[in-house]
Amino acid sequence: MSVRRTAVFTALLLLVLSACEREERRFREMPSAAARRNTQRLVSLVPGPYTADIRVKNPYERNAWAISEGKRLFTWYNCVGCHANGGGGMGPPLMDERWIYGSDPENIFATIVEGRPNGMPSFRGKIPEYQVWQLVAFVQSLSGNVPKDAANGRPDDMQVHKQEQSVPDLKPEREPARHP
Amino acid sequence: MIPLAMLAGNRGLQSALAPAGVDAARIGRLWDIFLVVTAVVYVLVLLALAAALLRRPTVGEGEGGVTRGVSIATGLTVVTLFALLVASIFATRGIADQPRRGIDLVVTGKQWWWQVEYADPDPSKRMSSANELTIPVGVPVNIRLRSSDVIHSFWVPNLNGKMDLIPGHENNIVLEATRTGLYRGQCAEFCGQQHAKMGLWVNVLSRADYAKWSAAQHQPSKIPSTPQQRKGQEVFLNSPCPLCHSIQGTDASGKTGPDLTHLASRRSIAAATLPNRRGYLAGWILDPQHIKPGSQMPPMVLEKGELEPLLAYLESLQ
Repeated sequence: MSVRRTAVFTALLLLVLSACEREERRFREMPSAAARRNTQRLVSLVPGPYTADIRVKNPYERNAWAISEGKRLFTWYNCVGCHANGGGGMGPPLMDERWIYGSDPENIFATIVEGRPNGMPSFRGKIPEYQVWQLVAFVQSLSGNVPKDAANGRPDDMQVHKQEQSVPDLKPEREPARHP
Repeated sequence: MIPLAMLAGNRGLQSALAPAGVDAARIGRLWDIFLVVTAVVYVLVLLALAAALLRRPTVGEGEGGVTRGVSIATGLTVVTLFALLVASIFATRGIADQPRRGIDLVVTGKQWWWQVEYADPDPSKRMSSANELTIPVGVPVNIRLRSSDVIHSFWVPNLNGKMDLIPGHENNIVLEATRTGLYRGQCAEFCGQQHAKMGLWVNVLSRADYAKWSAAQHQPSKIPSTPQQRKGQEVFLNSPCPLCHSIQGTDASGKTGPDLTHLASRRSIAAATLPNRRGYLAGWILDPQHIKPGSQMPPMVLEKGELEPLLAYLESLQ
């Protein structure tokens, strides 16, 4: 009995530890040189022997706090001005499955830092690098490309799909005409 | 009693016992009444207790004497409490009945600093500052309190009581100072990690000085005059700074951080956390997370030779 209890207890402890990354919050963000090498190649051709693309991992895509920071910065840096809250407006929507310049974190990073033709400005030197990665994590989360446990809960704005527990919309499409 | 006396004698920068405002004086008077009444009651109770202990019990005393004593004590207690209630009502009514004229200000609480906007129907007379209120003596200053994130509380003990800043709801408080001087305020509602470092200064000036100050503040920022300051302005405008901070008269027009148009005229940086001096400013720009962990100011990565010009420029923004 006691052995079993210890085993269960240990398993629970390990479970708790496994969730740490989700809540981790650093006050000193990673040194900015760490991610700078990850510039995207624009073409797949390389001289000499074939070198594999180094896959970049967004350090924040499993981190709930960083994603919510990204959400705040998305408004503060006026991304909402063109992309609305992911639904798109003057700029393309970010919550659908269509990616003009690629859906990988490094693509999104490059889009923010380098800018893209036809309107996306370059934020190079304007946003600290760790904040760009937080924005990338939030943009990934808009289309559901981050683990569910790390994604923001209850977005007040548009959603890709209805929340599972949401009440069905019973309101009629149009207000019935009132007769006095 | 000694600490109390020390407190009472404290003409402090942040003390409700050294009133410098009309409402703070009301609160101060109420405090005095409560202090005197409760002290008298305390002494009387102790005397009664001593008398009861020393008195020799008399044999054959009837119930009548005890009943009379209890009745008198109850009556006195009710009268005293009623008197305190009336005093309290008069004081709070006085605080609530405020003239809504004079100067209009909007103070917005943010994690973890105060945005101060001088409202005016004429847009050219509006201006924005941070963590520092400058007000004239003897003029009611009507402050509209807002919050952009969580609940904060505005408290300048020398001038008035507390008032909460609630997201989505506007509150009002009136400061009417009776003597010039410098007073410190503090957020009085726990608002997160750096709640303790969310202070503000209130500078009460004579009317003439206030007019002078106000005229200076309505000017756009100083144009950099030395090559070093010009370089500093270039550094500022080409760095992440202008995405959050404004400097009137330049292209920097960010709205999420404090307005820096007249940064050098302020007493402190980082919400009354540090004195506004060159070394502290440098520390704040390079490593704000060391000074206020969790604050929204990100650390700046500057190239060699950029910091000194930037500081020279910021220091020139009188």
